[in-house]
Amino acid sequence: MSMVIITINGKEFSAKTGEMVVDVARKNGIYIPTLCNMEGVIPQGSCRICTCLIDGRTMAACTTPVSHRMNVETNNAELEKIRTTIVELLFAEGNHYCPTCERSGNCDLQALAYRFNVLVSQFKQIFPTRNVDAKNPKILIDHNRCIQCKRCIRRMGGSGKPAWFSFKDRGHKVKVNIDHELTADFTDEMAQKAMDTCPVGAILKKEKGFDVPIGRRKYDTEPIGTEIEKEGAKL
Amino acid sequence: MDNHKSQKSFVADGNHCSCDCSSLHTILAKYDNDSSRLMDILIAVQEKAGCIQEKAVKEIAKALNLSKVDVEQTLSFYHFFSDGAKADYAVYLNDSVVAEMMGREDIAKTFEEEVGVTFGKISEDGKIGLFNTSCIGMNDQEPAAIINQRVFTKLTPEKVRKIVIEMKNGKSIDDIVGSNVENNIKKQGPILTKDIEVGEGLKKAVEMKPETLIEEVRQSNLRGRGGAGFPTAMKWKFCREAAGDKHFVMCNADEGEPGTFKDRVILTERPEMVFEGMAIAGYAIGAEEGILYLRYEYKYMQSFLENVLQEMRSKKLLGENIFGKFNFDIRIQFGGGAYVCGEESALIESAEGKRGEPRDRPPFPVVKGYMQQPTSVNNVETLSAVVKIINKGAKWYRSLGTIDSTGTKLMSISGDCEKPGVYEMEWGFTVNDILQMVGAKDVQAVQIGGPSGNCVNPAQFNRKVAYEDLSTGGAIIIIGKERDLLKDVVLNFTNFFIEESCGSCVPCRAMTVQYRNRLEKILRGNGVAKDIEAMLEWEKVMKTNRCGLGHSAANPILTTIQNFRELYDAKLQKDTDYVSEFNLEAAVQESCKAAGRQPNLGGE
Amino acid sequence: MSKPVVATTSLAGCFGCHMSLLDIDERILDLIELVEFNKSPIDDIKTFTKECDIGIIEGGCCNSENVHVLKEFRKHCKTLVVIGECGRTGGLPAMRNNNASITECLEEAYLNCVSVQANDEKIIPNDDELPMILDRVYPCNEVVKIDYFLPGCAPRADLIWNALVALVTGDEMNLPYEVVKYD
Ligand SMILES: Cc1cc2nc3c(=O)[nH]c(=O)nc-3n(C[C@H](O)[C@H](O)[C@H](O)COP(=O)(O)O)c2cc1C
Ligand code: SF4
Ligand code: SF4
Repeated sequence: MSMVIITINGKEFSAKTGEMVVDVARKNGIYIPTLCNMEGVIPQGSCRICTCLIDGRTMAACTTPVSHRMNVETNNAELEKIRTTIVELLFAEGNHYCPTCERSGNCDLQALAYRFNVLVSQFKQIFPTRNVDAKNPKILIDHNRCIQCKRCIRRMGGSGKPAWFSFKDRGHKVKVNIDHELTADFTDEMAQKAMDTCPVGAILKKEKGFDVPIGRRKYDTEPIGTEIEKEGAKL
Repeated sequence: MDNHKSQKSFVADGNHCSCDCSSLHTILAKYDNDSSRLMDILIAVQEKAGCIQEKAVKEIAKALNLSKVDVEQTLSFYHFFSDGAKADYAVYLNDSVVAEMMGREDIAKTFEEEVGVTFGKISEDGKIGLFNTSCIGMNDQEPAAIINQRVFTKLTPEKVRKIVIEMKNGKSIDDIVGSNVENNIKKQGPILTKDIEVGEGLKKAVEMKPETLIEEVRQSNLRGRGGAGFPTAMKWKFCREAAGDKHFVMCNADEGEPGTFKDRVILTERPEMVFEGMAIAGYAIGAEEGILYLRYEYKYMQSFLENVLQEMRSKKLLGENIFGKFNFDIRIQFGGGAYVCGEESALIESAEGKRGEPRDRPPFPVVKGYMQQPTSVNNVETLSAVVKIINKGAKWYRSLGTIDSTGTKLMSISGDCEKPGVYEMEWGFTVNDILQMVGAKDVQAVQIGGPSGNCVNPAQFNRKVAYEDLSTGGAIIIIGKERDLLKDVVLNFTNFFIEESCGSCVPCRAMTVQYRNRLEKILRGNGVAKDIEAMLEWEKVMKTNRCGLGHSAANPILTTIQNFRELYDAKLQKDTDYVSEFNLEAAVQESCKAAGRQPNLGGE
Repeated sequence: MSKPVVATTSLAGCFGCHMSLLDIDERILDLIELVEFNKSPIDDIKTFTKECDIGIIEGGCCNSENVHVLKEFRKHCKTLVVIGECGRTGGLPAMRNNNASITECLEEAYLNCVSVQANDEKIIPNDDELPMILDRVYPCNEVVKIDYFLPGCAPRADLIWNALVALVTGDEMNLPYEVVKYD
C-alpha cells in the first residue's frame, strides 16, 4: 500500500492511501468529533459532525480518503458552530430525557453537547411520537433516542447477509427496523455488542443498567475526545 | 403539517392484498429471484395486488435471500408503494406550486365531495383512494392527477365528477376519458427538429474510435443537462478509463425537479434519439448495457417505449453486433416515487433494488457505479444532444449558444403565463426574453431551476440564463404579482424538500423541518430579525449535507431572503428579539373539555 | 450599594433544584451576605414586594398557574435564570408530550388507572379554583424570554453557586466541565 503525505492543522503526517481523514487524524492524536462513525465499521457519512475544511471545502472527514498533499483543517469557530448546531438539531428532533436514560453519562450525543458547552438548544423541541420496541428478548430499542446514525445497521449482522437491522421510511420519518425473526435468538454477547454499537441510549441490553455510579461514567469528568488528545500531546 | 403523501399509514378494513402465491412466484421467476431487481418485483406486486402486504414481503424476502427488513427498507422508501391499504383506483393529485396556481384546491375539493373521503384516505368500499403527490411533470397542463398509472390533465370540477362516476361504475382506467398528455412544444430548435434519420448519429459514431468520439464531444463543450452541468466528455473519459468487469450507461429520466417536464417531451417525441444517444455513450465508454431510469409518474409511457426499443432492435440499432462494431441493449428501470433518485448515486442504488439513498463520494459512479462497475449517468437531453453533435459536428454545435454554454437548452416553462410548454432555446437568453416569449405580464418573481434553484426578482430579469450566470436544468416557474410568494411558493417548496429528503444526513433531515417551522412562525407574524439571521447562518450547516438535495433544500428560503427581503421584513415584529407563541387559551382547551369545566382565563 | 434582590420559584418541577441550591452548604451564609431574597419558598415570601434583579426558575409549565407565575417573574425580574432540566427542556413531566394527549393522561390518572378506587362519579377534577392543565408541558423559554439556562437534574450545587456569584458580581460565568450535566 502506498503512502501519502497530508497536512492536518498545519502539521505534516504520512498516511496510507485509502485511509479516511478521520482515522489518520485519530492515529496522530487529533480528535475530530464524530457520532455516526465507529472505528472498524464501514463509514457512512450521515451525522456530518466530522465536517472539516479539506483543501478549502467542507467535507465529511469520515468518508473522505486521504490523498497526497491534502490539507485538512479540523477545527475553527465556524466548524465548531456547525457541529454544535447539528447536536442541537438532534436533541430537538428526538425525545432525549437525559435524567431518565440509562446511557446518560456514557452517551456520545450528550458528550458532544457537553464538549460544545450547549446550555440550551437554539431549536424548539419537536416532541415527536415514537415508540419503544421491546419485543426482542435481550434488547430494547427506544426510538425516542435513536439518532439514525445507522451504526447498528452497519455493524450488526454481516455485510452481504440478510440484514438484522435496517432503515424504514425516509426523511424525518426514517427509523430503525429490527428483524425480530432473525434476532430472536440473540445471545448476551450480541445484545452487549448491539448496545455498545449504539452511541446513544436507543439500544439497551435488558435486565441490567445504571451499574456505573454518577461521577465514574465515561464522560463525567473529561470531555469526549480527551483520550485521543492526550495521546496527541505525548507525540 | 400532516402530509398524506403515501398510502402507508392507512389500512382500510376488509381490503386484503390479493396477490396470490402463484402470481407472486411468476413475478419472482420473471426476475430470476434476483435481489437487485427488487424494485421491479415490488412494482409488479403493487400493480397486481394494489399493495404489498406482510405475507408478500416475507415471500419475497425468502425467495431473494433477504431479510424481511431488507425488503421493507426498499418498500417503505418509495411513495407509490403501499404496505397496507389498497384502492381499486388510487388517485394521486399533484400538490406542487403550479398545480395550486392552476386551481388544484377546487379539484381536490371536488374529488373529496364526490368520493366522500378526504385526501390521504380510501373510500369505505375500498374503491377509490385519494392521495397527494409531488410534481408529476405536467406543469404545463395542471391541475393533473395520476390514476392507476394513467395521467389526467387540465382537470376541471366537471371532468372530476365524470371521472369519479366512471370509477364508481368500475370502468377500466383505460376506458375513462380524459387521460391525455400534451407535448406543448412551443419552440423547436436543432435538438428537437427531426432532420436526421434514426441511426445516422450512431452510424457515424461507430466509424470513429471511441477516443475520437469522446474528443468530438469534448470539442462541442457539451455539459450535462440534468442540472449539475458537468462536461459530458470528461465524464465519459473517466468512465472509459476506469477498470471494471463491465461498464454501464444509465439515462437519467427521473425528472423530479418540480417544474421540469422537458425529458417527458423528448421521450415522447424523440425516444429513438434518446436510445441512440445511450448507444453512442455505450460505444464511447465500452458498455454493453444501458438502463433508462424512468420515474414512476411516467409509467404510462412503458409500452410505447418498449415498442420503440423493440423496433430499434429489429433495425439492428440495438442488440448484438450493431453496425458490425459492438453490442448494446437497453432495459427500462422504473422508480417508485422519490425525487432524490434523480441524484445519480441514489438512482444507481434504486436501480439495484435498494432505498434511493445517495452514496458517499468518492468513489464516483464513473469509477464504481451500478453493480460497483464504472457507470456513466447522463440526462435524457444530454444524450439527445450527443446524437446531433456526432451527426453535425462539434463545430456546428459550438456555433450555438455562448462560449461557456454551447448549444441549446430545453426549457420547461410554466406558471403565470399565456403559453406554458417546452421551448428549445440557444443558451444566453435573458429572463426578460423568456417572459416576453411566453406572454407573462405582471410578474413578481421567476423561479429558475425549480425549487433547488434561484428565485429572482424583477431587477434581475435582465440576467442571462446560462451556466455562467443563472444555471438551470430547465425549469422556469413564473410567479405573478397576485401570489403570496412566501406562503404559496416558498413554503410549498420547503415542504417538498422535507418530504423528499432521504433522511440520512442530519441537517437535511432535521434542519429542513426547522426551516419550515421558522418560516411558518414568520408567516404567523411572530418572526423577529434574529430568525432571518439564524436561517441565513444555517446555510453553512446545509452545505455539509452529502448530496445536492441537502445542499439546495434551503434555497427557496435563502434565495427569497436575498431577493425579496422586503416580504420578510414586512412580517417581522420590530424592536424585540423574542416573541412568545404560547397561547393559554388554546393550551387549556383540551383539558378543560376533558374535565368538563369552563376555561377561566381571567385577565391573562 | 444595596444588595441585589433574588426571587425563586418552582413550577412544574420536583423542588430538586431548590434542594440543590441549598446543597451549597455553608456557602449559603455567604449568599445571604451577597443577596437579599424576595418572593421565594426559601423565605416563604409569597408575592413580589419589590422589583428583583434575578429570578430563578425551577420547572417548566404544565398548568395555567405555572404560566401565571412565570409571567410574573418575567415582569418583576431583570434577569431570569432557568435551573434544571424541567425548565430548560420540559424534563420528566414533558414525557407526556410525545406519548399521550392530555385527555388520555387525565383519564388514566383519574378514571382508568388501577389505583383509582373511589371515583365512582367518574370525575376529573374540575373545581374552578384549580389551575387548568396545559395540552403539553412547555419549557420556560416557549412562554417567556429566558436569559440563562443552567442544566442538570438537579443542577450541581457548584454550578448554581458559580453562576449566581457571577451574575451578582458581574464577573464572567465560569462553568467547569464537571458541573454542566444534563442529569
Ligand atoms: C436531488 C437531485 C435530483 C436530481 N434529479 C435529476 C433528474 O431528475 N434528472 C437528471 O438528469 N439529473 C438529476 N440530477 C443530477 C444528477 O445527479 C446527475 O448530475 C445527472 O443525471 C448527470 O447527467 P448530466 O451530466 O447529463 O446532466 C439530480 C441531482 C440531485 C442532487
Ligand atoms: S439505534 Fe442507535 S446505533 Fe442504531 S441508528 Fe439508532 S442511534 Fe444509531
Ligand atoms: S443531503 Fe439529504 S437527500 Fe442527500 S444524502 Fe443527505 S439526507 Fe439524503
